[in-house]
Parts: sequence; C-alpha cells; structure tokens
Amino acid sequence: MSESLRDMFFAECEDLLDALSEGLARMGEGTQDGETVNAIFRAVHSIKGAAGAFGLEAIVGFAHSYETVLDRVRSGELEPDAETLRTIIRSSDVLSDLVDAARNDRDDTPEAMGPLLEALTALSAASAHAAPARPAGEAAVFEPMAAMPIAILPIEGQEARFAIDFTPERSLFDNGHDPARLLKALGALGRLDLLCDTAAIPVLGTFDPEEPFLSWRMVLEGDIAEGEIRNVFSFVEGLCRLSVIRLDDDAPAPFDVCAEAPRIAAEEAKPDPVPVPPMPGPDDPGEPGATAARSTPSASAPPPSAAPPAGANSAARPTLRVDPERVDRLINTVGELIINQAVISQRLAALGAEPNSEIMGDLDDYRHLARDIQEGVMAIRAQPVKPLFQRMGRIIREASEALGKDVVMVTEGEGTEVDKTVVERLADPLTHMVRNAVDHGIESIADRRAAGKPDQGTVRLLAAHRSGHVHIEISDDGGGLHRERIFQTAVDKGLIPPDAKLTESEIDNLLFLPGFSTASKISKLSGRGVGMDVVKTAITSLGGRVTIASRPGAGSTFSITLPLTLAVLDGMIVTVAGQTMVLPLHSILETIRPNTRDVRPLGAEGHVLSIRGSYVPIISLAHVLGLSDEPFDPQSCIFVLIRTEGSSPVSLAVDSISDQRQVVIKSLEGNYGTIPGISAATILGDGKIALIVDTDTVVVLAAQNPSIQMFRNKDESHEHLAALG
Amino acid sequence: MTVAILAIDDSRTIREMVSRTLTGAGFDVTTANDGAEGVEAFATRRFDAVVTDINMPRLDGFGVIEAIRGGDTNRRVPILVLTTESGPALKDRARKAGATGWIVKPFEDRAFVDVLNRVTGRD
Repeated sequence: MSESLRDMFFAECEDLLDALSEGLARMGEGTQDGETVNAIFRAVHSIKGAAGAFGLEAIVGFAHSYETVLDRVRSGELEPDAETLRTIIRSSDVLSDLVDAARNDRDDTPEAMGPLLEALTALSAASAHAAPARPAGEAAVFEPMAAMPIAILPIEGQEARFAIDFTPERSLFDNGHDPARLLKALGALGRLDLLCDTAAIPVLGTFDPEEPFLSWRMVLEGDIAEGEIRNVFSFVEGLCRLSVIRLDDDAPAPFDVCAEAPRIAAEEAKPDPVPVPPMPGPDDPGEPGATAARSTPSASAPPPSAAPPAGANSAARPTLRVDPERVDRLINTVGELIINQAVISQRLAALGAEPNSEIMGDLDDYRHLARDIQEGVMAIRAQPVKPLFQRMGRIIREASEALGKDVVMVTEGEGTEVDKTVVERLADPLTHMVRNAVDHGIESIADRRAAGKPDQGTVRLLAAHRSGHVHIEISDDGGGLHRERIFQTAVDKGLIPPDAKLTESEIDNLLFLPGFSTASKISKLSGRGVGMDVVKTAITSLGGRVTIASRPGAGSTFSITLPLTLAVLDGMIVTVAGQTMVLPLHSILETIRPNTRDVRPLGAEGHVLSIRGSYVPIISLAHVLGLSDEPFDPQSCIFVLIRTEGSSPVSLAVDSISDQRQVVIKSLEGNYGTIPGISAATILGDGKIALIVDTDTVVVLAAQNPSIQMFRNKDESHEHLAALG
Repeated sequence: MTVAILAIDDSRTIREMVSRTLTGAGFDVTTANDGAEGVEAFATRRFDAVVTDINMPRLDGFGVIEAIRGGDTNRRVPILVLTTESGPALKDRARKAGATGWIVKPFEDRAFVDVLNRVTGRD
C-alpha cells in the first residue's frame, strides 16, 4: 500500500517536468518575470535534489549545470537571447530523457546532452567575465555530494587530553542550540571534567534572561581525535568562542592548577583571548549579538531576495495521489450499483409497484445519487490535456529543428479535462499527427515566402468539451493536402477504383485507409512505417472518431472526437435476431421506420434506404454479426442511421428498439478475445448481458462481404422490386 | 516522551524520505509542503526541531528561519537546513539567518537521526 520512494520520485519528476515545460512555454512567449524563472529554476533544482538522494548522478550533474544557468537568468545576470533560450528549452528535453532513462534503469545518455552541457557550461562560465559584480564566494559552487558534514572522522587511536574552552554567544541560543547538549555530546567522547564559570552573572536587577553569562572550561580525556571534538561544535562555529588545545601528556590540565589560570597561548584565530569575559561582548556589552564581528551583520541582514513573492500561480493546491487501480475499482463498483438499481426497479415493477408509487420515487432518488457518485468518481480520473499538449510542444520543436522549419505551437483549451486513459492513449496518435503537421503540413520557409505567408508556421492544438464529448483539433497553416496526389496514391495502391467519384472530404479521409502513406518520399521524421490508419485505429479503440478537413494553400485540420469517459456509454438498446444489443448513441444520427417504398433494391443483393432524396446503404446487423441465416426482411425492420468515419452514413437494420440509457462497459477481451463487430459488453437492468456493437467495424465487415449485407433471397428481392415498381 | 519534528520540503519525495526516516526512528513527524505552510504549521503546536529545505515556492527556507526566529513562540527551536548545496556561502547565509545546522542531501539515515537526536537532546 505504501508507494515506494522510487515510484514517488519518478511521479514527482513527472510533475516537475510538467511545471518546467509550462514555465518554459511562458518564458518562450516572452514572460520572463521573476516568478516564472523561479518556478523553472525550482523544478530543475527539486529534480536534482531528489535525484541526488537516489544516487542518480547523471541527472544530478546535468541538472546542476542547467540550474546554474537558470540561476544566472533568475538573478538577472544573464539576459537570455534566442540562442540561450533554445539551449534552456532543449536542456529540459534532455533532463526529461535522463529521468526517463533512470526510470527504465537505462544508463544511456541522450545524444544531445554532450553539446548542451558544453553550451550550458559556456553560459555559466560567461559569468566570470560578464558579471564581475558577483562576489567570488557567491558563485554557484558544485561540491560533490558528501554524505554528511558531521561524518565521524578517523580516530587517531591513542589516548589524548584536550583542554576545551567554550563560551556561547547569544547567537548560539538564537540559532536554536543548547550548550547542555553540546556538553553531553562531548561527554560521550571520553572522560570529561568540566567547570562552569558563573562569574559573569550580574546581580538580579540587571539580569537579562536572554543573554548568556556562562562559559565552560573542560578537560576531555580518551581515545579521541581533535576532529571529533571540532565535529561536536561544527554547527556552532561562529556562534561561540571556542578553543580546543591538545595537552601534552605531562602538562597539567589548566584547572588542575587554578581555575583562573591563564589560557595556554596556542589560541587559534580568535579575536579575543580573554579567558572569561565579564560580559558576552568586549566591545559593546550592552548590545546583544555584537560580540563577534562575524555575527553582527547577520542580525540586520535584509530579507532574502531569493524569497519569491507570494505567487498566485505557484501556490500549490493540496492534491491527493491515489493509485489509479483504486479509482478503477470504485468506478466498477459504482457501475454495479447502477445496474443494481435497474435490477431492483425491474423487480419492483414486476411485483406490481406503480411508477408513481413512493417506493419508485425513492428508487429514482437512489438512481440520481448513484449517478452523482458516478460522475464524481469519473471526475477523479479526469485530467487536463495540458501536459499532453506540452509534450507536443517538444515534438514540434524537435521536428521543426530537424527539418529546418520555423514552427510555433499555439494551444487552446489546455484545461479541458479528459479521462486519464484517454490522455495517455492519445499521446502516440497525437505525436504522429503533430509530426505530420510539421513535416508534411507546414511548407519550407522558401515555399511559405513564395505563398506570401509568414516564415513561421503555426500548429494549433485545441481541446474543448462539446455536447458530451471531448473535441481535439490539430491544425496547421501549411499548404493543405494534395488531393490529386492522395487520390492517385489510393488508386495506385488499389484502395479505390480509378474511376471512383469522391468528394473532396472523402479524398482527404483516404489518408486513414490502412496501407496508405502520404509521404511521397521517405522522411526521417514521419517515416513511412506508421500511417494515419494507425492513428485512426488508436482513436477508434478509445471510442472516438477522427476526421480531416483541408483547404489547399491554407492548411489542414484533424478533428478528433472522443467520449468523456471509457467506463460508461450512452447507448441505444436494440433487439437483433432475438438478442439484446447496445448501439453507441454517439454514432447514431436518427432512427427510421421507413415506408415500404423507401427501401430500394440495389444490384442483385443490395438495398438502399431512401431518405429525403438521398440513398443510404442498408446493413443487416443480424447478418453481419452472423446471428441470422434467415432471409432479410426489410419490412419488419427498424433502421438506425449511423455515421461512419468520414464517409456517408449507413443504416443498420435491427428488429426493434427498446430503450436508450447509459450502460457500464465491461471488457470482453479478457475472456473472449476480440470479436469483430463487438466492442464490449454490458449488464442490463434485468441482469442479462448485452453486447455493445462496434458500428465502425460492422460497416467494414459489411463492406468486405457484400453478400451478407442485403437480401439473400433473390426471389423475394424481385418480388419486392415488383412491389415497388 | 515523543519528540516532535516539523519537516518542510516542497519535494514530495524528500518529504516522504525524511518522514519515513524520522518516524522510523521514533520521532513524531509533521510535514509541510512549502515555507508558508511550514510557518503556519509551526504555530499550531510545539515542535522540538524543524528540518527545512531552502528552495521552496511561496516562502523559502531562509524566510522560514527568519519567521520562526523573529516570532514569539519557541523561537529558539533547533532548525536544520536540508540542502543539496554544501557551498560555504550558503552555509554561512543559513547560519546568519539563524539555522542551527545543515544536512546535505543525500543524507544517510543513521547520521540524520543522530543529528536530530543531538539537537533535540533525545538519546
């Protein structure tokens, strides 16, 4: 149950890297206020700090160089020009790669790291010449990380005697030290004789309880090294007067002779050799803290300039980290709860409960509450698309750099929240589309100039909630799609007949056909291996749709529509060959109970449905899914008009429609593998299982096997034709 | 008697690390996510020691030290600075601000506990 520190570290790195790229994005837009730079610095610094704790030296080293440069920017010492900014931004990519490598236990270093380290070093070293204002001692120092400053030093291994004089100053108390504890620590080292000098305590009337008046003279004997004694006082250096002197074996201990004995002269650099001063300070006894020169300036030191203003955007809202599995379990349970409600409702109806009866009213409240819980639980899984978009910023940067193009990313609706899984699974298709946009969409600078466009191309990412769906758009202001080339490619690859009559939109959407590749030449970025069909498959598997729109010379827009959540589905409950099935509501355009004359035969076996003057192919769901061998009878059917990817709608023939409701999606894959035409299953109110139809695959299945989609009985077909005629 | 420690760090990982180490050693650990939260938490009860990071949003470690040292209650509490930097300039600045001591990250659990035992007088 307890998250491992390592997992926690990487999860935190993820957040910090997000914060980093967010800050860099703001900086790239020209926002270089203190808080932005500070946030960037802090992110890198925190990664470094925690990485150090795990001994991830590669990260620590790089982050340190990175941080040094950022620190200079932060202090205003380094005014970042475009080149510096690029280095800073690319360093974030390398840092992210290093974290990634560490997470996967790889120790390869990112290619770009070497040159970047040099650039960073150059930027940090420049300080020596450019900014002499900075005191030498303030220069960012990187000491290799020692374990602890108080590590026990090697013991000399022989008996020794030390005379120790210790006079605490007020600052020692102010800094939270307690002389008693120091003495105790000394006592732990060996045999300690000590004498407390109380001579400085004034008469009660002038006694200031805040002031120290005591000092100690000690002799410590044992198998002790001087370093060990210094160690005890390492924290109070500068806050007390201290002398540690090793006594010769034959020398008497100071207070063996006399408590007032003069100190042995071998004082180390102490300003005041007076053994026991009457008051803490020899110069100005009345003013606390003025005793030692080195402690005075601090008392009135200005507030640290590094303290950021109480920044509004950096104030972290408390968040809760939860294992996603727990949320999933909760979602599942809530799903069961909703099913349970439906079961009770049906039972009660069967027992004769009136729809308006009190118990049915209560049950309705129950349903509302369950829905509220469900929405609440779903909201836990929701995540803003912002980090995803930010990652795309990097892709665009890298792609445009590799291609010698100048492309900027503009985002809109970054705060739009989407189910976590959707965000995760969108990363690959989005990466591909964004790369395509830079590679194939945005023209070369020369071409852009020729077309009268600005040198800098724009790739725009938009996210929005629209009518219960998530809408994501990737658009570019490039040259648009070459429809002729696309058409020709599709013909060449045998995907469409040469004489096919396609609308512009249909041509554009040919890109999504399996086996289609847009690149007329192999490009090192987009490559040829992954086509847009893979993008489409990924999005379809999320229950979404993707379409493309393009205007020659003005650019292309890919539109993705996704369900808000993957756990529930608004569905239409239909009967197909005696089976209850669910059609996803988002793919349904309308339902039609046609007049006889609206169903027209097409060719030998096909049928089309006439709707408001246009013809729509008919697909018998029962036949496509192999549920029926009976002849298809359009007279007894209801047609559900569904949208398909990019092309015209088709109508699915079903026996009847019984309900429209939210269903909880239960995956079938774990138990049955993938079933063509079926995306998942659900449990209905009566406890029965219903399959959820994958309408897109059904259309594809029907297209692959035209013989099953329409009439099988030719006689009947002719009869029907006659009837129509 | 339980010894109460306030640990202030904006890094979740370090916070957890400190918390686990010290809780394991029998300290009663309270954590805060940044300096401002730390100062707030400090006012809620009596702590025997404070461990704070330097670089933090809203209020940094120096600010924390100044707020505590300049406050009315328990202002002489031992404050340890937990830092990645071990440069003399930073140590000096921390000491001047009123830090009791510093611990360089990464720390060894045992040594860390020893230091806290020492400053809180717990044996």
